[in-house]
Amino acid sequence: MSELIQTSKVSSITRTNDFVVKFANINGSGSASANNMFAKSIFRMGIPVSPHNIFPSNIQGLPTWYEVRVNEDGYLGRREGIDLMVAMNEQTIKKDIDSVVPGGYVLYDSSKTLANELLRDDVNYLPIPLKDICLREFESPTQRQLFKNIVYVGALSAFLNIDFKILTEMVSDQFRGKEKLILPNIHALELGHHYASDNFDCPLTLRLEKSDKNANKILMDGNTAIGLGCVYGGATVAAWYPLTPSTSVVDSFGKYCKRLRIDPGSGKKKYSIVQAEDELSAIGIAIGAGWNGARAFTATSGPGISLMQEFMGLAYFSEVPVVIFNIQRVGPSTGMPTRSQQGDLLSCAYASHGDSKHILLFPSTPKECFEDATAAFDLADRLQTPIIVMSDLELGMNEQICDPLSWDDNREYDRGKVLNAEQLEDIEKFGRYLDSDGDGIPYRTYPGTHASKGSYFTRGSSHDAYAAYTEDGSIYAEVMDRLVLKFKTALNYLPQPVVSTHTNSKFGILFLGTTISAMQEALDMLAKKGITLDTMRIRAFPFHENVTQFIDNHELTYVVEQNRDAQLKSLLKIECNANEEKMHSILSYDGVLPTAQHIEQGILESMQQLQSDDKIPA
Amino acid sequence: MSYINKPKFKHPQLQTNDIGLTRRDYEGTLTTLCGGCGHDSISAAIIQASAEMSLEPHRIAKISGIGCSSKIPSYFLSKAHGFNSVHGRMPSVATGANIANKELSYIGISGDGDSASIGLGQFCHIVRRRVNMLYIVANNGTYGLTKGQLSATADLGSRTKSGEESLFDNIDLATLAIELGASFVARSFSGDKKQLVPLIQAGLTHKGFAFIDVVSPCVTFNNTDLSTHGYKNTWENHIVLSEVDFVPMREEITTSYAPGKEKEITLHDGSVIHLHKTGSNYDPMDKENALHHINAYKKQGKIATGLLYINQTTSDLHELQDTVDKPFNSLGCHELCPGDEALGDINNTFR
Repeated sequence: MSELIQTSKVSSITRTNDFVVKFANINGSGSASANNMFAKSIFRMGIPVSPHNIFPSNIQGLPTWYEVRVNEDGYLGRREGIDLMVAMNEQTIKKDIDSVVPGGYVLYDSSKTLANELLRDDVNYLPIPLKDICLREFESPTQRQLFKNIVYVGALSAFLNIDFKILTEMVSDQFRGKEKLILPNIHALELGHHYASDNFDCPLTLRLEKSDKNANKILMDGNTAIGLGCVYGGATVAAWYPLTPSTSVVDSFGKYCKRLRIDPGSGKKKYSIVQAEDELSAIGIAIGAGWNGARAFTATSGPGISLMQEFMGLAYFSEVPVVIFNIQRVGPSTGMPTRSQQGDLLSCAYASHGDSKHILLFPSTPKECFEDATAAFDLADRLQTPIIVMSDLELGMNEQICDPLSWDDNREYDRGKVLNAEQLEDIEKFGRYLDSDGDGIPYRTYPGTHASKGSYFTRGSSHDAYAAYTEDGSIYAEVMDRLVLKFKTALNYLPQPVVSTHTNSKFGILFLGTTISAMQEALDMLAKKGITLDTMRIRAFPFHENVTQFIDNHELTYVVEQNRDAQLKSLLKIECNANEEKMHSILSYDGVLPTAQHIEQGILESMQQLQSDDKIPA
Repeated sequence: MSYINKPKFKHPQLQTNDIGLTRRDYEGTLTTLCGGCGHDSISAAIIQASAEMSLEPHRIAKISGIGCSSKIPSYFLSKAHGFNSVHGRMPSVATGANIANKELSYIGISGDGDSASIGLGQFCHIVRRRVNMLYIVANNGTYGLTKGQLSATADLGSRTKSGEESLFDNIDLATLAIELGASFVARSFSGDKKQLVPLIQAGLTHKGFAFIDVVSPCVTFNNTDLSTHGYKNTWENHIVLSEVDFVPMREEITTSYAPGKEKEITLHDGSVIHLHKTGSNYDPMDKENALHHINAYKKQGKIATGLLYINQTTSDLHELQDTVDKPFNSLGCHELCPGDEALGDINNTFR
C-alpha cells in the first residue's frame, strides 16, 4: 500500500535534456553498474551525457558519488548545482540534499522516515521504499541489497522519461551468457518504474527527450582507449605496478590482447604482461625490452613517476625508446589518490637529475588517448627516448562521448633508425651515437643482429659517438647538445596545437588535456557577454614555434590548468621565453574538473582588474 | 689499471674453435679495475667458457648494474651488446630484454652492493620470475668504487681494510636464490678458474634462472686477513661440495668416475654435467639437503662452493607466460595490429 505523494507545492525545475543528476552511494554497494546503466541509456537515447565517478580510495563503506550531466548542446564539463539527487547514503545525506538547487529533486529510500532536519521546503522529494520493495520481492540478501540500485534506475526511467526498452536491452546485453540474471534485473527495473508511475506524475518537468546527437559516437573511458592503443600500436611488453588511476590501462591491454593477440596457429601469446614488484622494476623491464627492440610500456601515476625518475634519465641519456602512460592524480605524496589533477607537468618534463628533458603528449579525449598511445610507440622508436602520455584520472576512469576509434590499414609502424645486418655490412664502423643525418637522431642496432658489427655498450655514464666511456667534457657537451637538436627534430613528429582564432581578438586561452571539457561552454558564455577569445590547445611538449607566437600575438593569454603552481605557465616561461606579464593563470586544484563557470569567472575578474588598472578600455 | 687501447694484434697460430673464432674474439676492452682484482678473473673465465663452447659472441647480451662488478661486461665479449644500467636494477632490464628476444643468451653481471643491498628486491623477483639467464654476482663484501664500505654480504665480524667491523649477519644470495626457486645455483671463487669455467658453461646452457655467487676479493679495500672475503680466507676455507665437468652436447663423453660419487645431469640441449660429490650425504637435486649443507659449513666458517643446487624440471618465464616462438622484437605491424575492421567491432561494444 503506497500513498500518493504529490510534490506540486514546491516549484520544480522545468528543463529537457539539460540537467545534472547525482547519485550518492556507499562504496561497494553495487551501485556502479546500475548508475552506469543509467548514463548509458541516456547516451543510447541520442542525448549528450557525461558521467563522472567521484570515488574514495576504499573498497567498501566510504561514500562515493556518480555525477551525470545531460546537455543537448554537448556541454559536458562539470556544472555546479545538482538538479536531481539520488540520496542513497545516510553518511552524507545532509550535505547531499543541501547541494540540490531550489526546485530540484531528491530521490531517497523512504523505507525509513526522513529526519526533519533533512526536509527542505524548496526542493521536491521523491520517496521510494527501495528496501521494502526489495525485501518483498527478492529472496537472497545479496539480491535484496543489489537490486535497490536497479529499482531506483527503474524509478528514474519513469521520472525522467528514459526509454524503458533501451534499459531492458542493456540488461540483456550486460548479462549475455548469464541468462538467469536477466529476468530478475528487468523485474527490478519494472518495480521501480511502476512504483514511480503509480505514485507520482511521471515524467517530471525535468525530463529527457530522444535526440540524434550521438550518431556514430562511442562512450568510452580513456584508459580503455590507451590499452587498445597499445595493442594497435604494436606493444608486446607491458610492465607495471598496480596504481590508481592507471591500473585499468593494463587491464584493458590484457583484455584486448587475450582477444586479439593470440597466435591462431599455436594458441600462444604475442604479448607479455609483467606485474612488477615496484615501479622501478616496471620501467626497468620496459626499458630492457625497448633496448632489445620490442615495443614496451608502463602505466603509472604520480607516485610511480617519482620512483621511475632515475630510469627515465637513463633512457633519455642512453637513448632507449620507452612509453610511459601517466594517469595523473592529485599529489603531492599520496595526495588524493582518487581525484584528478594536471600536477605532473614539470616533474615529467624534466624527470630525473641532470639536464634531462622528456617528450610529453596531452590527450584530451578517449579518441586522442587511443591515437596518442599508437603514436607514442612510433615516436619512441623514431626519437629513441621516453615518451610520456599525460592523461589524468578524469579522462582515464570516466566514460566520455567521442568519435569512434579508427585505424588506417595502410599504416605501418615507424621503427625509426634501426640498422639490419645488411646495412651494417655496408658500414665501415658503426657509431651508436653518431649523428650521421644531422638531425640529432643516431642509428641503433638490436642485440644479436650481426656477427662482428653493430654491437655497442649502452650506458648511463658519459659516452662518445661510439658509445665508449668518456670523461672528456667537450665530448660530453657535444652529446648533450645533440640531444637538444634531437628535441628540435622531434617537433616535426609531434602533434600540432589545436588553434581557434577570431579576428582582432586581443585575448587568448592556452590549455591542455581534460580542461577541454569545460572550455567550449566557457567560451560561449563569454561570447554572450561580448568577449571573444582565441584558443590554443597544446597537444605536446616540447612546444611548437606557434605556441610562442600565440602568446606574442595576444595582449594577454589566459593559461588554464589544473594545478596550484601554474606548471604549464612555468613551462611556457622556460621553454618559449614567454613574457610573464602577457600570461594570466586560471587555476583549479580541488581534484575535480574545472567548471565553465570557474573559467568564465576567472577571465571576467581578470578583465575587470585590467579595466580598473586602465590597461584595457572599458 | 690501464686506459690504453688493447692491441689488435692476433697471433697467427692462435687456436680456433668450432666456429672458427679464437679466444681473442671473445675478449673485451682492457680492464680498468685494480691489478689483481678478482673480477678480472671472472671476465677471463667467461671468455674461456664461451670460447670453449663455441658460442657466437653476438648472440649474447651482457647486462649489468652499477659498481666495480658492473664494469666487467666491458672486459669480455666486445662483439656482444652490453647494457650498463642503473644501480641495483640490472634484473629488471635483463627481464625486459629477455622478454623481447627469447633467442639470445643473457649474462647478468652484478655485485654484492648491487644485488644484496640496493637491488635485493629486484634480485628476489627475477629469481621468482624464472628468467632464462646466467646471473653472476662478483661478491667481494665491500663497496669498491666508493672506497671500501661494508656490504650486506660481509660476514658478521669481518673487517675491512680501514678496520670497520661488520656488526650484522650477512645476506647469502646463494641460499636466498635456492629458497626463492632458482633452478641452478652455484658458488665459486674467482681464484679457482678450474671450478668456475665449467660452472659458467653449465649455467649458460641451463634453461631457466642460473645463479653463480663468485667470491671475488677486492684487493684494494677488502683483502686483509680479517676479511672473510679476502684471498687468504677464501683459499683456506672454501669447501668444494661438488666438482663439475661440463661436456657440450657435441662431444663424446669419455671420462668415467668411481661409482657412487658421481652424478650425470643432462641439460635441455643434450649437454651433460658430470658432478662429483665430495660430501657423502649431499644431494644437489634436493633443495632442503643443499641448504642444510651450505648452512652447516657456514657455521664452521667454511664457504661451500660448486654446483649447490640444480632442478631441471622448472619452466622459464616464456614457458610460464606461453609466449609465441618468434621473438617479440621480430613481430611486425601485420602480426601485431588487429586492423580497422576489428576496431569497428570494438567501437560497437561502446555504443
